[in-house]
Amino acid sequence: MAQPLGPKAEDALDFLATDSLLTEDEVMLRDTVRRYVEEQINPYVGEWFDEGIFPHEEIAKAIGQLGLFGMHLEGYGCAGSSAMMYGLACMETEAGDSGLRSFVSVQGSLAMFPIWAYGSEEQKQEWLPRMAAGEAIGCFGLTEPDSGSDPSSMRTNAKQDPGGDWVLNGAKMWITNGSIADVAVVWARTDEGIRGFVVPTDTEGFSAPKIERKVSLRASVTSELIMDDVRLPAAAVLPGVSSMRGPLSCLNEARFGISFGAVGAARSCYEAALEYAGSREQFGVPISSFQLTQQRLVDFMTRVQQGTLVAYHLGRLKDQGVLGPAQVSFGKRQNVRMALEVAREARSVLGANGITTEYAPARHMNNLESVYTYEGTNEIHTLMMGQAITGQNAFT
Amino acid sequence: MKVVVCVKQIPDPADPGALDPETRTLKRDVKLILDESDSYGVEMGLQLVDNAGGGEVTLVSMAPNNEQSGLRTALAMGAASATLISDTELIGSDALTTAKVLAAAIKDQEPDLVIAGSESSDGYTGTVPEMIAAVLDLPSVTAAKSIEVGGDAIQVQRQTDAGYDVVDCPLPAVISVTAGVVEPRYPSFKGIMAAKSKPLDEKSSADLGFAADAVGWAGSGQEIVDVAEAPQREAGEVIEDDGEAHLKIVEFLENLKVI
Ligand SMILES: Cc1cc2nc3c(=O)[nH]c(=O)nc-3n(C[C@H](O)[C@H](O)[C@H](O)COP(=O)(O)OP(=O)(O)OC[C@H]3O[C@@H](n4cnc5c(N)ncnc54)[C@H](O)[C@@H]3O)c2cc1C
Ligand SMILES: Cc1cc2nc3c(=O)[nH]c(=O)nc-3n(C[C@H](O)[C@H](O)[C@H](O)COP(=O)(O)OP(=O)(O)OC[C@H]3O[C@@H](n4cnc5c(N)ncnc54)[C@H](O)[C@@H]3O)c2cc1C
Repeated sequence: MAQPLGPKAEDALDFLATDSLLTEDEVMLRDTVRRYVEEQINPYVGEWFDEGIFPHEEIAKAIGQLGLFGMHLEGYGCAGSSAMMYGLACMETEAGDSGLRSFVSVQGSLAMFPIWAYGSEEQKQEWLPRMAAGEAIGCFGLTEPDSGSDPSSMRTNAKQDPGGDWVLNGAKMWITNGSIADVAVVWARTDEGIRGFVVPTDTEGFSAPKIERKVSLRASVTSELIMDDVRLPAAAVLPGVSSMRGPLSCLNEARFGISFGAVGAARSCYEAALEYAGSREQFGVPISSFQLTQQRLVDFMTRVQQGTLVAYHLGRLKDQGVLGPAQVSFGKRQNVRMALEVAREARSVLGANGITTEYAPARHMNNLESVYTYEGTNEIHTLMMGQAITGQNAFT
Repeated sequence: MKVVVCVKQIPDPADPGALDPETRTLKRDVKLILDESDSYGVEMGLQLVDNAGGGEVTLVSMAPNNEQSGLRTALAMGAASATLISDTELIGSDALTTAKVLAAAIKDQEPDLVIAGSESSDGYTGTVPEMIAAVLDLPSVTAAKSIEVGGDAIQVQRQTDAGYDVVDCPLPAVISVTAGVVEPRYPSFKGIMAAKSKPLDEKSSADLGFAADAVGWAGSGQEIVDVAEAPQREAGEVIEDDGEAHLKIVEFLENLKVI
């Protein structure tokens, strides 16, 4: 029997054998998270998206048991994994839904990371073990209604009264997990610069109404945080940082994860298109046998493989401790853009079926619009890389 | 409480396997994974040890090519250590030989309880657990859906067509577990990392005292003389509903003597 030329059919999903770049542990972790997502998320997430819900309690418990919350942190119940492993977990969770990956990365990189990096011993003991286990949920409040890409223009402020208490006032906007959080890490202007506050969400004066009418990241909770004379003890401030470096370092962690996550979403779209094209017949033949369809499928595959290589490379650099913020921008900007394009094109391969939440691509496509905007918009990352290669600041 | 769980490592059922044209057996030169049928036994073992408040789950597996990945998965779920029996002499072993080899490895560990799957997903003779019990001269309960430990005995709910039997059984014993009765945990990240450094003891059939001609093709004396494709399912009968369809369906079922 004649053998097909070139790679075997089963390599359609890993054409360049990128798995060979991973260790056995990394593959095992990746496969475990993939199986969790295939069994516990994929069958239901279309419906969650339709209904605009995210069953966070159940998912927090499962993700906590898997050990993915704050997995790249050391101690306090965190697993102490490599950056690469954290990236792989982001890739697989986002192959399910960007909302799931957001849940995991906000908890680990935006809420746990600042407590871990800048918190007092008491703050770490109080929050990190419970957050790692998924028993407490965190959120990260930086963006405000009038302060997005330029967070240093924030208005939320904290004043220390003579007794030592802090009094927090202001509003945060577009805060993932806000309404379901037990603890909010809120960044505010103080006399000593920008500081982070660990705010239990049951503190008087704090409220977090949910933002409705989203067409993107519907299986994710996005909220406003309103702080009206929120009184906190002196010990609520993160002692370790008092500048924009605090929130920006958190974002750098999360953006790294998005470089991987976006590839997962793109891969999911490619797989959906490949499978659909193989079984959908028009003009008496599968649509995958048309040259125009094959060109698209090959294009998806190529881009997903390229994105995978970029992500893995960033992972290795980060684990060597040499990954710079502008290189993270490379991954975030390029892979999210790639994923958004693949999602849009893959959607169209599925024809009319492609516009429903029965299939993944349209959901990913809409989700990726948020991913394109948050954690530094596409343009902001362009400017960061522009500044890195020219030495000139084009932000203002 | 010391529980030994038998875990078979099998070719991934998602990748259609191929038969070796010479021996007419399944080719096993691909990467093998933990048989899902055995993930239930691993989970049940881990739960029993948790409930007992002490002890450990150890694993035994007989597999070609020193395959370990299925064992690593079960170690990552929480088993403490594993014994792998693998050598070329074992190729061609039938179910009884498999049971003898596994029994020899189990015996050394002096377990309180041996758990196996009711049947594997690839060979599915559904005989190995009972043969292990016979070789070790231990009581055996099949098709367990739950196991409760009380002192040096267990009470087993044994699945039947009508419901379940409640069986009391002294320990040590060999219990086969029905697929789907517990929800196997996902290996945790910490479990995956810990699995690397858990003891995995590799043994050959000779280490367990078997002569080369007592195992494998020679010892089993089995030969698969023929294999045939399963017959194609015949097309069903379509009954168009012209208002009388229910009568035709009743007649059809009566002819089958099912009503
Ligand atoms: C679903 C979702 C979840 C989010 N979760 C969180 C969260 O958990 N915590 C949090 O703090 N924030 C969160 N955000 C907010 C997010 O980080 C901001 O939306 C983002 O930083 C952009 O800010 P903005 O929306 O105010 O847009 P703006 O900054 O107003 O930008 C509008 C447009 O102007 C462009 N632009 C701005 N400045 C420049 C410039 N200098 N040069 C060229 N173009 C420019 C932008 O690229 C964009 O296209 C979330 C957002 C979404 C959509
Ligand atoms: C008709 C027939 C066809 C066969 N075809 C093949 C073939 O194609 N290729 C081939 O290599 N062999 C073949 N064999 C051999 C057969 O796979 C082995 O005898 C096998 O170990 C018998 O197990 P089973 O899978 O039927 O076990 P079952 O009795 O169905 O397994 C029940 C449980 O026993 C335990 N168990 C079984 N085997 C092992 C093991 N090796 N290690 C650890 N625990 C185990 C597991 O807990 C399992 O869930 C065949 C045997 C027969 C009789």
